[in-house]
Amino acid sequence: MSEATLQVFIDGVINYFQHTSDKDVKVGSPYLAENHRPAAFDFTGIIGVSGPYKGTVYFTAPKALLTHLLLAIGEKDTSMENILDLVGEVSNTISGNARSEFGQEFMISVPVVVEGAPSVIHLPKELRSYVIPVYWKAYSAAVVICLEH
Amino acid sequence: MDKLRMMVVDDSNIIRRKIERSQQGGLFDVVGTAGSGVEALALFGQVDPDVVTMDITMPQMDGIECITQLKARKPEVKILVVSALSDKATGIEALECGAQGFLCKPFDDVKLNGALKELVGDSHV
Repeated sequence: MSEATLQVFIDGVINYFQHTSDKDVKVGSPYLAENHRPAAFDFTGIIGVSGPYKGTVYFTAPKALLTHLLLAIGEKDTSMENILDLVGEVSNTISGNARSEFGQEFMISVPVVVEGAPSVIHLPKELRSYVIPVYWKAYSAAVVICLEH
Repeated sequence: MDKLRMMVVDDSNIIRRKIERSQQGGLFDVVGTAGSGVEALALFGQVDPDVVTMDITMPQMDGIECITQLKARKPEVKILVVSALSDKATGIEALECGAQGFLCKPFDDVKLNGALKELVGDSHV
């Protein structure tokens, strides 16, 4: 995967957090991770990608970050339903925004939300993923890209 | 002047609630919300909105199909697409199906209200 491709998703996550009440988001250096040991926090929003790019894009974050993020976008109801909704919406927004660069052929699914890491259905064990660390307030999260082109 | 009636269509509850909150004391009266295109079609006749905000990527029926069906029922309804899909082709496709505006997610209240004002024109602002 090229640096330019990764930058699309880095820009996407920065853009998302800059629309919250606390815009101070930082992104760490991307690294490769084996899919049999996927990067994961408490909750994960998974987007399936088809077309010229095939695979998975996911956003994973701890419950505390998602709770804080709900408040930062003005949502006072921090129920589990909204936490799950939010992690899916973040992943959907980052993936959807990538179409500004990759075009309409970058087809994305509706989000699937899970606790912990994606299963092998979404993350084939023989492949590797790029992990983009995300730091917001005192929390860590990650955007993970597992795409074949 | 009476507030315009607005229906919000998005599969995300937090986005529906965000748009609803943005209209508290605003130009529009949110008369209904739907979590899919199918729900939107069922609700549309009951609430008879003047304006619809419409997501694209949704389960059961996507926003493009829903726009086509809503415009067939009520050609004068104004539709603002609110979607994360930021490519030009999707925007053009939505406009060709009958939407009048496109707002890319993520958005804040200022961007949303600006897009809605542009959608309905000066006569309602």
